[in-house]
Amino acid sequence: MEKVFEDWKGKKLEEIFRLCRDLVEDADFPTVSKWRKQGGKVIGHFQVYFPEEIAHAGGFLPFKVCGAQVEGMEAESHFGSYLCSVIKTSLELALTKKIEMEMFVTHPICDAARNLGAIWGRNFPYKCQILYLPQNPNSEYSTIYLSNEYERLKRDLEKISGKEISNEAILNSIQVYNKSRELMRELYKIKNETPWLVAAEDAYSLIAIAGFIPKEEYNEFMEAILPMIKAQTIKKQDKMRVVFEGGFCEQPPLDLLQVIGRSCYIVDDDLMIGLRYILEDVPQKGDALKNLAEAYIEKSSYSPVQHDLKKIKEEMLLQRVKNSRAEAVIVTAAKMCEPGLEEQVAYSKMLDAEKIPYFISEFEENQTTFDHLGIQLETFVENLLFD
Amino acid sequence: MTENIVGRGNRDGGNLFREWFEELGNVAKNDGQNAYVFVMGSLNEILKTFDLPVVFPEINSLQTAVRKVSGELLTEAEDYGYSPDICGYVKADVAVQLRNGEHPMGKIPKPTLAVLTNACNTYIKWAEIWERMYHVPIFTLDVPGTRAVCEQTWQGNTDFENDKRYVAAQIKELITLCEKVTGKKFDIDKFRQILSYANDMSRSWKRILELNKSCPALFNALTDGTIYLGVANGFRGTKEGSDYFKNLVEEMEFKAKNGIGTLSEEEFRLIFVGVPCYPIFRRFNEFFTEWKGVFVHSTYLWFAAGGTNLGFEYDLKNPVDSLAEGLLISVRDAMDSMFHQEQALLSMVDPYKIDGVVYHPIKSCRTVSTGLADGRRYFMDKKNVSTLFIESDMMDKRVVSEAQMKNRIDAFFEGIISRKQMAKQV
Repeated sequence: MEKVFEDWKGKKLEEIFRLCRDLVEDADFPTVSKWRKQGGKVIGHFQVYFPEEIAHAGGFLPFKVCGAQVEGMEAESHFGSYLCSVIKTSLELALTKKIEMEMFVTHPICDAARNLGAIWGRNFPYKCQILYLPQNPNSEYSTIYLSNEYERLKRDLEKISGKEISNEAILNSIQVYNKSRELMRELYKIKNETPWLVAAEDAYSLIAIAGFIPKEEYNEFMEAILPMIKAQTIKKQDKMRVVFEGGFCEQPPLDLLQVIGRSCYIVDDDLMIGLRYILEDVPQKGDALKNLAEAYIEKSSYSPVQHDLKKIKEEMLLQRVKNSRAEAVIVTAAKMCEPGLEEQVAYSKMLDAEKIPYFISEFEENQTTFDHLGIQLETFVENLLFD
Repeated sequence: MTENIVGRGNRDGGNLFREWFEELGNVAKNDGQNAYVFVMGSLNEILKTFDLPVVFPEINSLQTAVRKVSGELLTEAEDYGYSPDICGYVKADVAVQLRNGEHPMGKIPKPTLAVLTNACNTYIKWAEIWERMYHVPIFTLDVPGTRAVCEQTWQGNTDFENDKRYVAAQIKELITLCEKVTGKKFDIDKFRQILSYANDMSRSWKRILELNKSCPALFNALTDGTIYLGVANGFRGTKEGSDYFKNLVEEMEFKAKNGIGTLSEEEFRLIFVGVPCYPIFRRFNEFFTEWKGVFVHSTYLWFAAGGTNLGFEYDLKNPVDSLAEGLLISVRDAMDSMFHQEQALLSMVDPYKIDGVVYHPIKSCRTVSTGLADGRRYFMDKKNVSTLFIESDMMDKRVVSEAQMKNRIDAFFEGIISRKQMAKQV
């Protein structure tokens, strides 16, 4: 299989950033098209977390379905009014064949997303299913259950490829993904320690492209670009250090991150958290599916769509703020995103109690005007600076 | 005989409801123990074994809409910080909690624990609110649903057995939690008795739904059905609930035998899909009955009964394991009747002699509403039956437009009439 992402080679950092931004905003997903033109198969998986290693081990390209900046004309007649954008635009991508796949997987992350399996199933001939990630991770049986659920997924993948996916193949994929997560953590370390070296929208793009590029290529790219970022000599500016919270599913437009970047350094966030959900290396020996299941239950991040007594969300956010030495939090939610909007209340009460300044807002992936937000945010920052 | 038996279900249902809320008032007054639960997988079977009175916040909230006070409660919760775009049930409950349990039906006690399934994701977010407000244990019983359309697995299948073991393990964990919270030991014989009452109810509920194939329809799935659902949820696993449903079967069989319909004249037999429009509950129904239309069935009667429409009966010789199996099958079915609602509808149209299907997606509930427009497209492709798609809400009168609704409903009936006339001409 030829590589699908090589344009960055030999380019300057600024050009590479532009290339990545263009890729993130390109609703035709050229890397996926190149993969398919060579006979490659694609597994589409909706936000938030999906064990990509299993699909990778089967030779598939896992594609993160998370909407796009498209109008949604085709999908409009498949939905009612009161719904977040990412649900509609994700279906739009499939209906208009901007993205084609061999299987679609959604998760019970929210009431809207869990409907997607049935909706896609009524519209496409390939298998569209729900991967039931455990909603009771505190049950002692949840890891065994999840291992079995991964085994079921593996069987479905094997039916499509006609080939067995061995334990060894998954362990190899775990190794590739461990490397990928390590590189992402390194990027977040740069964001934390020297945020002036990489703009928020560029850091985001570097993570988001992992949703549609083969992981080996992604790792090669990140191994090359991270030293380039570190080698820059850019002066630190007088901007406020903030955590951006609310990007676990629908993604804000790059322009929105750019607007925030005018007055703030985003030193940590939950953008595309699903790609970074596993926080530590997954063991590369033993029962691969069990290892993945344990990592999801025991070594994972948090989001408003998982209730886990070991991960009280306000405490997790507070930890994120402290670890990143943030001065304030942007507590946002996608419009019509029920879990995100509900969590805003809990987060704001906690931040009030902790006397941590926060800025509440909503966004939409197709949003095009940011002037109002920019002024509000600048006012917020100025108020804090001159307080 | 007719006077005593016809309408008994509605009368007795109302009385039971009042008694239930009186009991909850006493629990609140005495600061007694209770469990907050939800309609899709209430786990009444376990909780009643520990003598825990159950509070259904969904039912509390819908009562506020029917009693025309939901508007002020929604505003109160929005002032507290909750978005206008989230579930109205949640917001009404938040306001009731902020008012220290003051509710139009009486006083609602604070929870001792909350038990929920994942049948609706908002259940989980909702319970987190109580967890934060009261620092009480919340227990999510995770019931894996159907993975893909028409791919339910059954006993003996590896995937089914894996799911069942997961549910069974969680039930045992719930029992341990209840023992800890109440200080009582789990009484297996009492549990068996409760399962037996639940079996009576499941068997009866299935029979009642089947009986409405009668022409004319014996009960209105939207209005009468909501009363029956209230009893089915609040009194599951009790002698009162068992007796009520046995009597209801008797009433419906009597009506069927004597040709007594819920409407004096019935012309159009309809299915309702979604959640009722509680802010104008009576008027909404009148929009249809004025045209001699009656709702003979609804997906609501399936999912809001937690899937007991299947009539699953527990094996009393193997009670815990059987409860796991029953929960898995029933709660999964409840989810299917929301996510794969087109399959439910296709199975209802012919046996219930359906003239039209009314889809009522609501702002408050993405669980039920997200797939309705697409499901309708699928359904219309498979069946030559009139459909109507009207959006409003179950709680928020601000998004209920009566005049517009009436226009659309009138046009819907005119369409059915034209369709029937054309069919006659052909």
